[in-house]
Amino acid sequence: MIDAVGVRKGFKGRPVLRGVDIIVEEGETLAIIGGSGCGKSTFLKCVIGLQRPDEGSITVDGADITTLKEESDIAHYRRRFGYLFQEAALFDSLPVWENVTFGLKYLTDIPRSRYRKIAADKLALVGLKDIEDMRPAELSGGMKKRVALARAIAAEPSYILYDEPTTGLDPIMSDVINDLIIDLQKKLKVTSIVVTHDMRSAYKIASRMAMLHEGKVLQVAHPEVMKISTNPYVRQFVDGLSEGPIKMRLKEYELPEDEERS
Amino acid sequence: MIVGLAGTWGFWLIEVCESVGQFALMIKSALGWILRSRVEWRQVLIQMQRIGVESFPVVTMTTLFTGMVLALQTGASSNALLNEPFFVGTVVGFSMVMELAPVMSALVVSGRAGAAIAAELGTMRVTDQIDALYTLGTDPVRYLVIPRVLAFMVMLPILKIMADFTGIFGGWAIAYFKLGIPTNTYWHDIFDYMDVDNFMHGFLKSFVFAFAIAFICCFKGINTTGGAEGVGKSTTAAVVMSMTAVLVLDYFVTAILVAFGIT
Repeated sequence: MIDAVGVRKGFKGRPVLRGVDIIVEEGETLAIIGGSGCGKSTFLKCVIGLQRPDEGSITVDGADITTLKEESDIAHYRRRFGYLFQEAALFDSLPVWENVTFGLKYLTDIPRSRYRKIAADKLALVGLKDIEDMRPAELSGGMKKRVALARAIAAEPSYILYDEPTTGLDPIMSDVINDLIIDLQKKLKVTSIVVTHDMRSAYKIASRMAMLHEGKVLQVAHPEVMKISTNPYVRQFVDGLSEGPIKMRLKEYELPEDEERS
Repeated sequence: MIVGLAGTWGFWLIEVCESVGQFALMIKSALGWILRSRVEWRQVLIQMQRIGVESFPVVTMTTLFTGMVLALQTGASSNALLNEPFFVGTVVGFSMVMELAPVMSALVVSGRAGAAIAAELGTMRVTDQIDALYTLGTDPVRYLVIPRVLAFMVMLPILKIMADFTGIFGGWAIAYFKLGIPTNTYWHDIFDYMDVDNFMHGFLKSFVFAFAIAFICCFKGINTTGGAEGVGKSTTAAVVMSMTAVLVLDYFVTAILVAFGIT
């Protein structure tokens, strides 16, 4: 279980997360939705320890990431996570099979002789075959995402964090990724957090949804409840309307590249 | 206006202090991994190929012509003053071994391999590959920085020795074919006056330069922000800073070596 309490995070004096409280139950898939710059990716990075919250706590199976100081402790904490990056973040210099098994050397005691077999198995799980020796540059966007997903599950994590898994993909490939997320959740019994602004994807994969706006959680509910939410902010977002309480002032969303990309 | 200016300078000063602190922490972290023998030797070999072997042609070419220019100018000056080209080998030998070979090879390698390192790590940063390393249980300092630092510290001194030979050879070519100095005289001019300390003087400089270039370029690359434009900026900054560092350190290292009698 992931329990985030009062998480605050700012960059250069500008608050991004303003007290986020979210509980992710064992085995569920929580979709965090919200507009660009609302803090979705920042929250995900705080959960895995890539960014340190300014205030609040994030407890995963009893371990609070905000109290960990030593890099070795944080690395140990991260072992329970798989992370799918928005742009896949595959290592260009390595072939696909080495990308998939990269973490095994550091996260597990599995002998290197078994890596190729494991890579083939994980790639098969995401519907890819005979691409082990290809380079990331030779893959399509959808294939890259699936290879990245295979890499995220290679060390058999308990939690998978997805950062915009369907961004940049065509509708069919987006649905393939959605099916994969559902399939992996069933097969691997993992707990997942999916950050997305793709409502079709969120409705399909989520067991619960949380709407984030200006660094705060507006509503957490079942997808069916979200569809008929009376909160005007949630209504505007899930219906995809330009008119409403959420004003798209562009200045508000200008952020340094490394801080917020969702 | 004064308050605004003070604020701007204040933020700038804070950023500089933060950068210096982060740079020191990166060095500390790297040394910690090395002392614990947690080195990715396969990556070290790959980087030795990229940094050292692939820089060999350009280092050879630049130092060959540097030696040729030195011989030509020394010969011409000596001819003008004494009607004979005296001590051409001595000037070329000492200049190359103690000063020009370490500095020229460091400048060339920082422009070629240093820029490549900053651009590669910068691209990895802006495409989330550095963050991916963390999520896969690896410290980027261990996987990316240490192999490059070790490769630099092994290959730059080797390139420096190569540069000694090519520079002295270039000088000999001009001395023999253009100035008419017999080969024996040229070599005697070098080895009658040079000893191991002179060689060590240049050799030790190479280690210091390698350390500085590798850490500066890795640091600038890993801390890149701002997409493709940021990669360009950090690559430029890495090259400018590492080349400046080589020239500044050259003075201080020389002063220290002179103080210890290694001249």
